[in-house]
Amino acid sequence: MTTRTVPRPAVAPARSAPDALVMSPGASAPGRAASFPLRREGPAKLTGTAKYTDDLVFPGAWYGATIRSTEARARLLAIELDPGIDWSKVVVVTAADIPGENLVSAIKEDQPVLVPVGGEIRHHAEPVALLAAPDRETIRRLRAGIRLVTERLPPVFDPEVSDHVFAQYEIGSGDLEAGFAAADLILEGEYRVGHQEQLYIENNAMIAVPGEGGGMTVHGSLQCPYYVHKALRKSLGLTAAQARVVQAETGGGFGGKEEYPSIIAIHAALLARKAGRPVRMIYDRHEDIAATTKRHPAIVRHRTGVMADGTLVAQEIEVVMDGGAYCTLTPVVLSRGALHAAGPYRCANVRVRARATRTNTPPNGAFRGFGAPQVEFATETHLNRIAERLGMSPAELRRRNAYGLGDVTPTGQVLRESVAAHEVLRLAVEASEFERIRVGTGAARLDRSGTGMVPVGPLRTGPGRIATGIGLALGWHGAGFTGSGEVHIGSVASLELTADGRIRVLIGSTEMGQGTSTIFPLMVAGELGLPAELVEMAPVDTALVPDSGPTVASRTAMVVGGLCISAARRLRAEVETRNGGLAFANVYLADAAIHGATRIDHEFEPYPDVSFDDTTYRGDAYPAFGWAACVAIVDVDLDTAEVSVREVVAVDDVGKVIHPIMCEGQVEGGTLQAIGYATIEEIKLKDGRYLNDRLATYLIPTALDAPRITTILVEAPFSGAPHGAKGVGELPMDVGAPAVVAAIQDAVGVWITDLPATPERILAALESAAAAASANPEGGTA
Amino acid sequence: MSRIRFLVNGAPTEIEVPGMRRLLDVLREDLGLTGTKEGCGEGECGACSVLLDGQVVDSCLVPMSQVDGRIVRTVEGLALAARELGELDTLQSAFLVHGAAQCGICTPGMLIAARAYLDAGGGPDHGDIREAIAGNLCRCTGYQKIVEAIAAVAAGEVPA
Repeated sequence: MTTRTVPRPAVAPARSAPDALVMSPGASAPGRAASFPLRREGPAKLTGTAKYTDDLVFPGAWYGATIRSTEARARLLAIELDPGIDWSKVVVVTAADIPGENLVSAIKEDQPVLVPVGGEIRHHAEPVALLAAPDRETIRRLRAGIRLVTERLPPVFDPEVSDHVFAQYEIGSGDLEAGFAAADLILEGEYRVGHQEQLYIENNAMIAVPGEGGGMTVHGSLQCPYYVHKALRKSLGLTAAQARVVQAETGGGFGGKEEYPSIIAIHAALLARKAGRPVRMIYDRHEDIAATTKRHPAIVRHRTGVMADGTLVAQEIEVVMDGGAYCTLTPVVLSRGALHAAGPYRCANVRVRARATRTNTPPNGAFRGFGAPQVEFATETHLNRIAERLGMSPAELRRRNAYGLGDVTPTGQVLRESVAAHEVLRLAVEASEFERIRVGTGAARLDRSGTGMVPVGPLRTGPGRIATGIGLALGWHGAGFTGSGEVHIGSVASLELTADGRIRVLIGSTEMGQGTSTIFPLMVAGELGLPAELVEMAPVDTALVPDSGPTVASRTAMVVGGLCISAARRLRAEVETRNGGLAFANVYLADAAIHGATRIDHEFEPYPDVSFDDTTYRGDAYPAFGWAACVAIVDVDLDTAEVSVREVVAVDDVGKVIHPIMCEGQVEGGTLQAIGYATIEEIKLKDGRYLNDRLATYLIPTALDAPRITTILVEAPFSGAPHGAKGVGELPMDVGAPAVVAAIQDAVGVWITDLPATPERILAALESAAAAASANPEGGTA
Repeated sequence: MSRIRFLVNGAPTEIEVPGMRRLLDVLREDLGLTGTKEGCGEGECGACSVLLDGQVVDSCLVPMSQVDGRIVRTVEGLALAARELGELDTLQSAFLVHGAAQCGICTPGMLIAARAYLDAGGGPDHGDIREAIAGNLCRCTGYQKIVEAIAAVAAGEVPA
């Protein structure tokens, strides 16, 4: 295992990408052993020439809009068009216009493309009708002329009350009651997390262009071209060749453009089909927040037994997730949640019961972490509370329980390799000087306790007003798809040596900022012995590229990257064999001239010795795990309870670092999303409607809210992938929130169990702690 | 309709538009300058930032009636002073080298805010830089590499 701390600033390569400008020689900083290519599409993004969906021009295109329900649950009785309006100049689409199935392709197909008359409206932002017009002003004027006649039905908002279960799982090992009977301490806790919006800065956008012979091409902002392709085929009744999906430059996804783009693409295509012209369906921010999927809210209950020395002996965990009105990806999100719920800890007796239910709120879906951030917030906060009760350092408690090689998870998975829990923990504790700082912050907290100054004392000024705390969390993230998902999908990646001597990667994996277009040429070039700039990326267009599976689950570098490396090895062997063993780099041009094009299509093969039973939830839930530790230092204003996250040390084991700058970028960005989740990001609901559905009211961290982040990358390679990579995108999202909440407790002495840790929640917790202390002076407060 | 005369990236421009039409729409739709992005339409995200007489403004909040006789600079015009068309200027190069652009949708606005900061004599202090770009939201980077890129330019570490 190697550990690498990435120095900065970054370094420019000797040569830039073909479409990049030649960098001034002075831009290269000395001292880096290796150099890495610059972001392939970077120059286009930096000069404003990169074309995102809304930047694409299609002459004669109309604008599309979605008419949505304004009720959480109702029967749709009729759709009425204002008779005073001339509707012949525009296009209106209802469910009756859908040529194929009125269902959005997904796991359980329960979500209609448009609610039909007589059907049930299940959430307040549900699409009911579509409108297209030559200009936006006409849309604005006419949309109020479409009136929905409905009969209200009683809605359900509480996921624990709902009796419609989307999915449920039970995972167990050992003898839970025996574990509790042996325990020196049993601690119970309940943790709640709410919706989180992905808030990619580019809103969802799709443009549908009707073609010859009933064909339909959709250009859009999306993560998974073949999800959209399948959805178009199903709902428009198209053949595989008639449906075509082209990814435009995509301004962030984070899971929010995993499944939701399918319904937008269908909507745009239905309008384009009826209008006989291209239709632009570009969401504004309000619609994007109001209607698209969020991270699942969850309630997690822990009952944990430990020995006095900190050894975990029993974990009983209940997870309830709110799926929203339709199933979307909920069963898979919940599955990942259940499988991560016990945390990266050795414990002989575990039972996890997880269920997700339907409520009359907009559907929840994929968001970076995919069920793991919710449960790991609960597990880590619970473990930190146990450490407090035992009077033990949270780092020491983890050292005594964290997984090592040979340990067995609750599904019976033996961790045979690539286990870096202790390594990431040690590095985070050392780099942050966790124990030294904790002594100081703990002493300051004790000095303040009992002074009556917190929280209701007179307003303070000066340094005494700020309380500093430090907190720690450890996490794990199953690499790639859960269980046998990858085997079911059977992804393909292709590599081509063209007849004119170009080398081209053909994959359905998308670039959305994370670096796909840069790291794939790098990986392939390394195998072929060529500079990365000689390897091209084919455009992500279903007419050109194979289905490499969705760009999700941090699987792209690991799984699809692995396929591309294998394809490159095959290409190299084939060319070298027919050229008398001469090196590929020296003969490939001549080979192409003589033999023409050579194309390798490499399909996923199951990882050796990895098997999972989807029915019993026994076996290898993931081929490997990534490991992460996070230490956060926060300042809490004792008068306002405002939290400022000042410093973070993020240590992430990603198996293999392919491009250090981009890998660091993933950790930094994911860490800040986790900090937003911990401190400020919250959706308020009233009668099933999101109240803060604009950027003025749904806040994400600015540069001033962001801490200084020190990233340490660890490489514990996974032998099943030819390069050892395990993915990076989601790992940092799992550990940031519990680290911040632990730091808040270290500063002010109260545990925040409901995210986000807003000033209101902190003040309320301080007041109830003060009330409890005055009612029971012997108990004291920490 | 109003006749508006203004300079866009150095080019004299004259258009006839409703006075309340947003500068953002004129740039993107009438002039084809789609480098300037719309993220929220209400002045929160800064993706549509442009320079108006050298000051950073959210072009989604600027009606054309306020643009008459003024100088507008967009991301497409940042490198006009560079060696030749299509090249990156110092700031853009620093963003590329430091990994400060990921998905790229906030990047044009971020560059504009950084340009204004540097043109006003801003230095490499990270706190000052964070203050200067606090009106521009980025969801990918955690801001760290953006701050480092701007600081490198302010410190003269990246050659012009």
